Amino acid sequence: MDRIPILRMGDCLLVTIQVDMHDRLAMQLEEDLSERIVASGAKGVLIDISSLEIIDSFIGRMLDNIASVARVLDAETVVVGMRPAVAMTLVELGLSLNRVSTSLNVEKGMALIRTRLLNSGDVDADDGGD
Amino acid sequence: MVFIRTLLNTYQDEILAEWQRQLVAEGATRSGRITEAELANQCQAFIDAFAAAVSSGSTDINSPAFGGVRDFLSDTARHRAVQGYTPSETAGFVFSLKKPLFDRLSSIAAEDPSTDVWALTHLLDQLGLLTMEVFQRSREEVILRQQQEISELSTPVVQLWKGVLALPLIGTLDSVRTQVVMESLLQNIVDHEAEFAIIDITGVPTVDTLTAQYLLKTVSAARLMGAECIISGIRPQIAQTIVHLGVELDVISKATLAEAFAMALQRTGRAVTRVGKPAG
Repeated sequence: MDRIPILRMGDCLLVTIQVDMHDRLAMQLEEDLSERIVASGAKGVLIDISSLEIIDSFIGRMLDNIASVARVLDAETVVVGMRPAVAMTLVELGLSLNRVSTSLNVEKGMALIRTRLLNSGDVDADDGGD
Repeated sequence: MVFIRTLLNTYQDEILAEWQRQLVAEGATRSGRITEAELANQCQAFIDAFAAAVSSGSTDINSPAFGGVRDFLSDTARHRAVQGYTPSETAGFVFSLKKPLFDRLSSIAAEDPSTDVWALTHLLDQLGLLTMEVFQRSREEVILRQQQEISELSTPVVQLWKGVLALPLIGTLDSVRTQVVMESLLQNIVDHEAEFAIIDITGVPTVDTLTAQYLLKTVSAARLMGAECIISGIRPQIAQTIVHLGVELDVISKATLAEAFAMALQRTGRAVTRVGKPAG
């Protein structure tokens, strides 16, 4: 079974979803991600969904779950690059993902996580984590 | 339907002349949209087509024999719809043929007892209804086209600054228009990489629960994409309505577009300052 790769950048984990999400894959991602957060002590999780064209209610709820799990493990989740059509669908489905932060692209998402971490005084930016 | 054929063959010229007289008397040419000569041509064309159709022996206006009549009436009705004729004027074209026809019919009926007056009435009524149907449909097409044009024209998304978009809404928001507005705003957010979108509703006369819900949906969708929305220009009456309706507008709102813009600049780390004394 294929998995979605999780890359580490400093104190952030970067997940770029390039394939169509199906339910098993999303559940696997949640599992992998929570393990990686604990193992690496990451403070931020960036999920790039800019190439996703379809998100159903299950995947939408999964994103929300992932964010909640990450929060419990002391990491900030930012979902970046959601397409307009996907955003509209999620709103129509009643999933406004209130617990998830969002950003327009990976660059801005990184900046957002960095500012949040600086403000909380968790890590200093130069350290690059660890 | 032999009697109709006989009727048309025997009295065609008289019927035609009387029909035209009647149309003119009813004021068909008064509006100046059609000249008497043009009207005469239309009458002649209809009588010709009608005579041809009737000579086939059919009285069903949906039969192939009536194809010519149907085409002619459809064309005329469509034309009249575009030119702005009233429904009565359009329907009157066919219905005013009744009098000249029935005037002559009585003389034939006296000789031929098999004359079925009802069939002729029914036939003409059907043709009149067909005219109205096409007329109505053409009017609806015109309205639909105008609606599309309005909705395309009235949803401009403008860039106020790098990363700051404004959407000045004007006019009533219905579901179709809101859909267009929403789509174009979200697409523009992606295109301009805008972090802020200001929805200015100064030009929206009324906000009902549905409109408020659409606004909230747009704001939520923009937020999901990583952009923040500010609503500006809410009128006092609208603010009261929203509160009375019990709608929870859980968004940033500012009184004017200028204030919303200033806030967006401030949030993106910019400010507007005066660099010197104003000229003059």
